[in-house]
Amino acid sequence: MTATIDDPRVIEFDVRTDEMLVNMGPQHPSTHGVLRLVLRTDGEVVSEVTPHIGYLHRCAEKIGENLTPRQWIPYTDRMDYLAGMNMNLGWSLAVEKLMKYEPPEKGRHLRVIISEMGRIASHLVGMGAYGLDLGSFSPFLYAFREREKILDLFEEACGARLTYSYLTVGGATADLPPGWLQKCSAFLDQFEPIIAEYHTLLTTNAIFVKRTAGIGVMSPEMAINYGTSGPVLRGSGVDHDLRRDGEEIYTAMYDGYAFEVIVEKNGHYPKDHNYPQVPSDTVLGDCWHRFYVRMLEVMQAIDLVRQGIEFYSTAKGSYGEPVKLNTKLPVGEAYLETEAPRGQMGFYIVSDGSPIPWRARARSSSFCNLSVTGPLCAGCLIADVPAIVGSLDIVMGEIDR
Amino acid sequence: MSGQSFVDQLKQKFGDKISGANLENVDPWIEVTAEGIVEVCQYLHDEPSLAFDYLNSVTAVDYLHTDEKKAAKSDWQPHLEVVYHLFSMQHKHSLVLKVMLPRWLNDEVGKLPQIPTVSHIWMTADWHEREMYDLLGVEVTGHPNLRRILCPEDWVGHPLRKDYEMPLEYHGIRGR
Repeated sequence: MTATIDDPRVIEFDVRTDEMLVNMGPQHPSTHGVLRLVLRTDGEVVSEVTPHIGYLHRCAEKIGENLTPRQWIPYTDRMDYLAGMNMNLGWSLAVEKLMKYEPPEKGRHLRVIISEMGRIASHLVGMGAYGLDLGSFSPFLYAFREREKILDLFEEACGARLTYSYLTVGGATADLPPGWLQKCSAFLDQFEPIIAEYHTLLTTNAIFVKRTAGIGVMSPEMAINYGTSGPVLRGSGVDHDLRRDGEEIYTAMYDGYAFEVIVEKNGHYPKDHNYPQVPSDTVLGDCWHRFYVRMLEVMQAIDLVRQGIEFYSTAKGSYGEPVKLNTKLPVGEAYLETEAPRGQMGFYIVSDGSPIPWRARARSSSFCNLSVTGPLCAGCLIADVPAIVGSLDIVMGEIDR
Repeated sequence: MSGQSFVDQLKQKFGDKISGANLENVDPWIEVTAEGIVEVCQYLHDEPSLAFDYLNSVTAVDYLHTDEKKAAKSDWQPHLEVVYHLFSMQHKHSLVLKVMLPRWLNDEVGKLPQIPTVSHIWMTADWHEREMYDLLGVEVTGHPNLRRILCPEDWVGHPLRKDYEMPLEYHGIRGR
């Protein structure tokens, strides 16, 4: 039977293959938690991606309206559970901004050491899990081997391995234990050469470059318009890092530290380390660049921790005692963003003068970073969807709060 | 960024649409009416000397005392405040805008107050306004896709309202 143009089947489907709705998640290994993506596909080509979030919503903001700021610290841990230290810091600084409190010198350096170590740990997971998304299992194990040592250090400092609640309003819950700094620098000396291994395993690996170069390209204008931040924003070539450009209360923490923002300028990344060349088939703003920025930030963080150790060991005075649990907050409101590993984590606190905030709000970086998946994935292949979502390095706990 | 001269400059340009300012707070803010918010935002975004090209966050705060004794003592009437935090990548300055809304449209309980969308200026606002609608019950008019984002689609109520009560059950799951 030959089909003529009058054949209803031909008219119905317009000589195309059928469109299909494919559910990816919420329990899909490459969605980094409980993220559900609904893909509209035509064969292998994805024409539309709709993210559905909220599976991990735990009413953190509502709970924040019923607890004092220090009591809410453990809830911030559970937002971005891969970088709990940086979450603690963000909320503490926002409350301190409202209280006009200034932590002592030693506490400032302690915070830099701890939060930059947190950044290394978080980027290691980001890197390992990204390898996993793209089908290479071993980098994940190598990343976790090193992360384990950081967690051991954190455990020694505060007793917890994942949900630290260590940095708090006023400073930290305890000083670093004796001998901790030596262990920390010993770890850095041991860890630094290993980064070259990661570069061989992933960054310069031909298959990895093929899977990430030129995929999910995001222009700087789009990155800014969608409110992306952190490595996602800098991977698109926007020169913005809150550690340098943020509000005074946050940048004051990094006073005296020498570091360069990791961003491509005139075709080059800051040349302060030996690291692999940028492959010629990558485009600024693609998945590879987002990954690369993260890798370079690990090196930058090592430098910062080393400087911090030096400053900390000469600093005099207290490490910053936590404020009393029921300290009355001044009337007013404050909003502060800090540079967490995944981007700009903002906390907004409104107070009516009682010890309990009237409103506590968390502006999540991954939330904004995830919102670009729709436009980024339109037109790509199904196999590229995990590559793009993985390159955004999202954590669902932070998105759903 | 928001000194008195800047407020005056905006007032001169937009007149009554700038309804007030608080310059004493830690983060000073400027109050804009709901009718003027799109126009003001578009100007702040497009004007090269301001260039607010980055929207940090959109959220709302519910002002209501559920305790009658406290309500009698408070110096404000129940209302909602929508808060916009803006930033400029080019000039590295920030700004806070506020819009005061009634808790219910025309004081009819259950009718959500309305505010026009700014998601055509900053795409960030798309998801943030959905979240604000979901959790605080502010209807964003002109929004391309105003659905709940964090709560399930058939959820009842807006959890971050101060008078919100947990449902007794949801699809057979015990609530309170």
